[in-house]
Amino acid sequence: MDVPLLLTLFLTFFKIGLFTFGGGYAMLPLVQAEVPARGWLTEEGLIDFIAVSESTPGPFAVNIATYVGTETAGLAGAVAATLGVVLPSFLVILLVAKGYEKFRDSRLTRGVMTGLRPAVVGLIGAALVSVALTVFQPAGVGAVDWALFGVSAVIFGVSLALLFGAKLHPVAVIAVSAALGAASGFVVK
Amino acid sequence: MKNGKAKTAGTLFLLFLKIGAFTFGGGYAMIPLIERETVEKKQLLQEQELLDVIAIAESTPGPIAVNAATFIGYRCAGFFGAFCATLGVILPSFVVISLLSLVLNAVGGNRWVQYAFRGVRAGVLALLVRALVSMYKKCPKSAFSYAVMGAAFVAVAVVSQFVKLNVIFVLLGCAAAGLVYAYLAQRRVKT
Repeated sequence: MDVPLLLTLFLTFFKIGLFTFGGGYAMLPLVQAEVPARGWLTEEGLIDFIAVSESTPGPFAVNIATYVGTETAGLAGAVAATLGVVLPSFLVILLVAKGYEKFRDSRLTRGVMTGLRPAVVGLIGAALVSVALTVFQPAGVGAVDWALFGVSAVIFGVSLALLFGAKLHPVAVIAVSAALGAASGFVVK
Repeated sequence: MKNGKAKTAGTLFLLFLKIGAFTFGGGYAMIPLIERETVEKKQLLQEQELLDVIAIAESTPGPIAVNAATFIGYRCAGFFGAFCATLGVILPSFVVISLLSLVLNAVGGNRWVQYAFRGVRAGVLALLVRALVSMYKKCPKSAFSYAVMGAAFVAVAVVSQFVKLNVIFVLLGCAAAGLVYAYLAQRRVKT
């Protein structure tokens, strides 16, 4: 068993868990900064996993921790990373659960949340830009493959229409975009 | 009483196992199910308490689902209840993803799977747009809010391309700005 690797997994995901506010994809920029940099997943692999996570039960943070842990160090890795991402939640909630009315109404909490709520919106925006670059310019900025760009643009447009127009469930949108992607393989290699 | 707590902890475990297994997309998607199971069916919580759970889960670190499970577990059956509820909510994810990673590795090299994922990536981009829109709608609107949104965005999307910038410091900076702003706003009200 690679103990230093397990420890790194635990600590990395502890950090991600500790600085995730508001749930959802609020922690995506942090994952983008930590996970590909350590060679645990590629940028593309991370985006693919968002789709996998949307199509399987459970919160994204727990799913990505389990996945990265399994990929890098098997079952022990999965346990280390998942424990890491859950522990901050668990400990903080235990701390505040008793006097939670005081915590909720305290000036400190309110002040901090006044800053964090909009910050999370900005961070998701930044994650969106970075994902868009990976989707539309996978070979790097400047080296545009126009055929691939066209395929991605069409699928992105269709997905937006299905999500916002037809109010389709995210899992259905992922299924449609996967089918369109596979179909595009006949035209664009 | 001891026995009652152990029984409640068992109920909590099964309840959150179910919640963890049947919500896709995590977090907010779980709240209606939590409401139906804990408030309406099992009557572990009052409606008002559930609102408190959501408020606390949002203002503490970590995934909403895990926070809510730990908090409800603790309220109903102490530490052991918190432990059981949290274990229940993460177990389905853990099992499904561990098994799925084997499948993904087996099929990942296939050309057609790669084409499919090429499409999926564009679909994910649309999902992120949706997440951004819904977070934006939930966020209180003020000049200060917009300034923080813009600053956090520029810091991570632009500045970090040139200077090594830790996302955590951006978050801490925004939290500090929020504290100062709330303090100043309160002083203005007083005087």
